[in-house]
Amino acid sequence: MIRFTARRLAIVIASLFASTLIVFAILAVLPGSTAQVILGTQATPDSVRALNQQLGLDKPLWQQYGNWLQQLVTGNLGTSYISQQQIGEQITQALRVTGPLVLFGMLIGLAIAFPAGIIGALRSGQRSGALVGAASQVGIAIPTFVGGILLIIIFPVKLHLLPASGFPGWSNPGQAIESLILPAVTLGLVEGAIISRYVRASISEVLQSDYLRTARAKGLTPGQALRRHGLRNALIPIVTVVGLELTGLIIGAIVVENVFTLPGLGQLLLQSVANRDLLMVRDIVMIVAAAVLIINMLVDLSYRVLDPRVMSRV
Amino acid sequence: MPVLSVRDLSVRAGDLPLVHGVSFDLSAGERVGLIGESGSGKSLTALAVMGLLGKGLTAQGQVLFEGQDLMSTTEKRRCQLRGNGLSMVFQEPMTALNPTMRVGRQIGEVLRVHRNLGKRAAREQARGLMERVDIPDPVHYERHYPHQLSGGQRQRIMLAMATACEPSVILADEPTTALDVTVQSRMLELMRKLVAEQNSALLLITHDLAVVSEMSDRILTMYGGHIVESGSTKSLLDHPRHPYTSALVATSNAVTVDSKAPAGALPMIEGSVPATGQFPTGCPFRDRCPRADEKCAVMPPLEPLGDQVVACWHPVPENAGDPASRVGA
Repeated sequence: MIRFTARRLAIVIASLFASTLIVFAILAVLPGSTAQVILGTQATPDSVRALNQQLGLDKPLWQQYGNWLQQLVTGNLGTSYISQQQIGEQITQALRVTGPLVLFGMLIGLAIAFPAGIIGALRSGQRSGALVGAASQVGIAIPTFVGGILLIIIFPVKLHLLPASGFPGWSNPGQAIESLILPAVTLGLVEGAIISRYVRASISEVLQSDYLRTARAKGLTPGQALRRHGLRNALIPIVTVVGLELTGLIIGAIVVENVFTLPGLGQLLLQSVANRDLLMVRDIVMIVAAAVLIINMLVDLSYRVLDPRVMSRV
Repeated sequence: MPVLSVRDLSVRAGDLPLVHGVSFDLSAGERVGLIGESGSGKSLTALAVMGLLGKGLTAQGQVLFEGQDLMSTTEKRRCQLRGNGLSMVFQEPMTALNPTMRVGRQIGEVLRVHRNLGKRAAREQARGLMERVDIPDPVHYERHYPHQLSGGQRQRIMLAMATACEPSVILADEPTTALDVTVQSRMLELMRKLVAEQNSALLLITHDLAVVSEMSDRILTMYGGHIVESGSTKSLLDHPRHPYTSALVATSNAVTVDSKAPAGALPMIEGSVPATGQFPTGCPFRDRCPRADEKCAVMPPLEPLGDQVVACWHPVPENAGDPASRVGA
């Protein structure tokens, strides 16, 4: 297990390095000059050249790339030309919003998906099973921004519960969590609807498996058989989906952050793109890439824990 | 008194009858073979006895286990009996074992459920059971997962599970079909030994006549959801009276090395087993039977005939000689 983890980590690091190359190359070939954007349309060619020199943008590309790598490794990401603020500082601030949002959203999603999926599988062909299926269809069909706005209308506007938007910062944890509840529920409802379908399919398959019949032939009740023999086997395909959904959520959070005006990574990214703050953009993209790679690694590791057959294959 | 007495057991999928009023008895220590082609209702009969029919299938009739009718008892009582009073060995040990649980635990679980053993005691006893089914070094193998074992070893694990609580009745559904021929005979030998030790009744479901002739005292032939013939192994295989049994025996003899079998084309049964629900009315075999006539549109009753009990209007004569010569008559 330790050797496997080490190997997977090495792969993650190699992939991260490859990502830096791709991200840098894409931004390098983009048209437009950063100095031109900063100085505006009235700038003289001389002042643009001077600023480029000051920013180090006149240096050869490999040198610029080297500098960036060094920044990434040391964690000192430097200052944004546009906002004149520390890039690292701003990204950390945004992550403090987006991280908990994605995590809470996923937890809520799982808390919905498992009961709903299991009921859907056990009662397939019955009214309650069909109801669960229909509810998940609706949940998938409603876009997150509509769902979010609906929640805002119901809770803060009509019921005067929970804040409708904004984020007070973590200095007051109670308020911070309160302001994350509705956005997290918005994400969680959609995730719950999506994942519940996979849970239902996976449990249905397990319910028809020979080994579950064997478990019943041993004298286990249907509930015991499902808990002791079914769940772990059903989890194997579900973990894959949860991993994919989790990476999707990081992107999906952008919409929800905008609906609830949360100062998260999504907002920071949109703002930076609009401002042509290319240094900020490439660092955010790298953070997202790292998150995706790490989540995938965790998914792979959990296969090893859940499914003994994976061991002998590697 | 028989330990298991099945009376008029029927299985249906909605309106579609699959098994028609099957009756048979098993006595302690008795080994009975249930033969027939795939689709004749053998496995359904066993699953109905266990109370483990799949979704959409319903059973009717009586299943008397040590005098108690399982069909009218509570599900809780049935759970107490499954794996304990009567147990089942399944055909495909790869899929029938949980792929993500160590085999030692899978065996121990039966004991934990029915004998209220703790983890350690169950593990201890599971090792003994593994030794009993000839798995050497149980301390080593108990930590294996099913995929790390050979087919024969997996079926031994199955057998250890099924015999853990010394059940009075063991239903074995094609227990050796998925195994190599060389492993098969050792497996059968082991089953015979365990059943004898525990004085269990064994219902051995198979389509392999070589297996039943070796293993069973009595044979039941099933076709189209009916038991069409039953009798002692020797008399039934030597002088099958139902045309279907006769044809089965003939095809089987031709495949085994038999100097009396005619050279050239192998004997076969005309046609194939119809799809579920496509059996003709009356005798289910009549559309494939060389002896059938209009009388066969009515299902014949099971009646004693010589040494056997046969459901046929036109049974094969007892002095018909070698069954192989009668095929396709």
